[in-house]
Amino acid sequence: MKKKRTLLHSLGVGLAVVLALVAYAYGFQVTKVDLAETKSEHRQEQLTRILRALAHPQLFEYDTEDHMVSLPVMVPCPDAGFEAPTPTDTSEPYITMTPACAEPRAKVMIEGFNFEPYGTGPINFLPNGSDVNLQIGKIEADENGHFEVEVRLSNRPSEEVQEIQAITRTKVGAPRWTQTARDTWDKIVETVFLALLATTFGTLLAIPLSFIAARNLMKDVKNSLLGMSLAILFIPVGAYIGILISKWLSTLSQNLTSSTLLTFVGFVLGAVITWWGIRREMNRDEDSIANQKIARGLEMLVIGLIGVLTSYLLSALAMNVGEYLSEHLGSLGFLGRFIRDLGDILGMAIGVMTALTGAGILSGFASKSALKLNRKADGVIHILQIVLTAAAGAFLFWLIALVLNWFYQYNNYQALYWWAVILGGLGGLALGIFTKPRQTMPTGLVVYFAVRTVFNAIRSIEPLVWAIIFVVWVGIGPFAGSMALALHTIAALGKLYSEQVENIMEGPLEAIQSTGANRLQTIIYGVIPQVVPPYVSFTMYRWDINVRMSTIIGFAGGGGIGFLLLQNINLLNYRAASAQMLAIAIVVAAMDYISSAVRERYV
Amino acid sequence: MLSIKNLTKIYDGGVKALNDVSFDVPQGEFLAVIGLSGSGKSTLLRCINRLIEPTDGDIFWEGMNIAKANDDELRLVRRRIGMVFQHFNLVHRSSVLTNVLSGRLGYVNPAMSVFNRFPKSDIENAMKQLERVGIADKAHHRADELSGGQQQRVGIARAMMQNPAIILADEPVASLDPVLAHSIMQYLEKINKEDGVTVLCSLHFLDLVHRYADRVVALNNGQLMFDGKPDEIDDEKFKEIYGREAERVG
Repeated sequence: MKKKRTLLHSLGVGLAVVLALVAYAYGFQVTKVDLAETKSEHRQEQLTRILRALAHPQLFEYDTEDHMVSLPVMVPCPDAGFEAPTPTDTSEPYITMTPACAEPRAKVMIEGFNFEPYGTGPINFLPNGSDVNLQIGKIEADENGHFEVEVRLSNRPSEEVQEIQAITRTKVGAPRWTQTARDTWDKIVETVFLALLATTFGTLLAIPLSFIAARNLMKDVKNSLLGMSLAILFIPVGAYIGILISKWLSTLSQNLTSSTLLTFVGFVLGAVITWWGIRREMNRDEDSIANQKIARGLEMLVIGLIGVLTSYLLSALAMNVGEYLSEHLGSLGFLGRFIRDLGDILGMAIGVMTALTGAGILSGFASKSALKLNRKADGVIHILQIVLTAAAGAFLFWLIALVLNWFYQYNNYQALYWWAVILGGLGGLALGIFTKPRQTMPTGLVVYFAVRTVFNAIRSIEPLVWAIIFVVWVGIGPFAGSMALALHTIAALGKLYSEQVENIMEGPLEAIQSTGANRLQTIIYGVIPQVVPPYVSFTMYRWDINVRMSTIIGFAGGGGIGFLLLQNINLLNYRAASAQMLAIAIVVAAMDYISSAVRERYV
Repeated sequence: MLSIKNLTKIYDGGVKALNDVSFDVPQGEFLAVIGLSGSGKSTLLRCINRLIEPTDGDIFWEGMNIAKANDDELRLVRRRIGMVFQHFNLVHRSSVLTNVLSGRLGYVNPAMSVFNRFPKSDIENAMKQLERVGIADKAHHRADELSGGQQQRVGIARAMMQNPAIILADEPVASLDPVLAHSIMQYLEKINKEDGVTVLCSLHFLDLVHRYADRVVALNNGQLMFDGKPDEIDDEKFKEIYGREAERVG
């Protein structure tokens, strides 16, 4: 029995080895491995050439000075013979030719003395009656400044005395940065900041998303079917109301911002009122809250509206001040433009925030009403549930149809909407009828899977590909590149972060929950303190990745040093490309060092 | 009066952790819950504040059925029920003071607590609770710098911040040095006798049960095997609770 098993075992191993060999053989075949190419002399010469070019990054250049030494020669020899004049001063550089005269295209010996040690340069033949310099040889002086080289004379016979010149070129003065080096510097700075922005924005968005992509936090989020239907019906309405309010306040603020002074006064006034209102709301005790619900709600609404309006004024103020500064600060104008852009970002963010707040308020309202309705008798709940679930199903499918229509532009959209509404309504009706009243639905897990799926989809597409989409949107340049990297960062970090949330100790979470804390409080007091070290670590690692990624995002038009590198490679300008590769290597190595230092400190 | 009626918990795998358990706990009693590991002690305590959802049965307390409470009601119930854990369950990277203050989360304004702001009265109270358990000087240390005994005292201070009517203590001394066990139990006893807080405490050592508990309930395999005074546990009862192989120690 045992023997049989060993035999089978060895057969299995043998088969595995054969299969592996076949797999690698096929791999060689499809990757076109060709060892003869690597050995051919021509290819090796090419390799040497490119490696030497890469080893000489084009960083410095010098001013040069030419030293010229000339010698009169006769080509061909005259009948009377020709004697070259003896050098006047044998301590200065001079050249001789042996013989002193020769036939055209004859081989002669040129010898030089007292040149710069190891000096190099051309040996030129200057024919009579023409301005051309014909190079006939090269100077390669030894350590004593002596050289000896056999050259072939040019085919320019003349009766007159002609001239041979030896020119050596010496570098004078201090080395200067080449244009390549300066361009490389500009682009590498752009690259580093591109990565910084992408990492910052990616991280800021990934942190909140990571909590709803964590299974351990989401698996307990359950709603009754009634609550779910109410949420589906109310949340889009809330978001829509939020958008309407933000649009209205935005127009209102535009009317108010005719002068910067007025904007400033309005902003200060609004800020004071908002601050005072928030303080007032926060310091209320529980009892008075229960008594005057409506009055308090109205008060909060007014304060909220003033707050939004104030934020719009701040945005307008920042844009005005930034514009002014960018025109008057000269070389520091980019600071003004930054303030202006921050104002612009704030303006856009307010709209999103108001929509989210509107959605949040109405979803809270939905869950409160669901709690109230769920106290009624089973029959009443069941009927309500059937009606609301059908309505919610129809509404949800209608929204999906809207999105589909936007993408695919079906012509027959009337029918599409009707079909969606009918299908969704029937589905909701069935769900409502067959679900027991008060039975909970795992809404948390649904959200979890949805977010995870989106993360995985975005993450599986490389930033290089995203860059192409963003280039179409905002044009070629680092802005497109940083957006592409930011998007990929959100997805990648969102996944990594959420896995860290899933790895935390359950105990403290349980303890915080047992004190009666709500979900947000549980995350802030139980989860966040536990995930700070891995979050810092992953963020640094991602910055590292983004720096490396941003060096090539330019290949797809995303700005940074990649574009320059690609250009020089395509132009076969390997010495310039080498300068860019060197810059990338230095930045990546520095990044590696910095990130490990930061990680050591905070983790 | 906490009143548990026909409480049953069946886990997803089909394990019956609690099987039709019923008993009452008058306000102010020190009740010990005993039984072997896996007999359902932790499940029972966690069902009372619904950290674990009971499968069936009712838990009546102050005119409310905890087992059927919705999320809002549950939060109001939980903030009156403190809990002390075997592994202390402190947030390691937060300060001792923050850990103690987190006991107030059910009471404070949620918006303020998001920014780690607590009312002055709560901070004073937290310091007072830390003084009571004798580690006020550690208030600004990180929780994981403390020894096990000190961490459990922080756990008790956190539970006391809730101004609880009931404390659920899930094997509060099982991960501590036996020498320290009495000091922790004495704090619980003090809370029980001085503040009139009901204590439900699961314990392993019978000598601790004899010393501190007013009454004992015993679980075996999710079933209530015994409900009575500690001295009523004779050798026969002991073998019923812990099985035939068990030997008394201590």
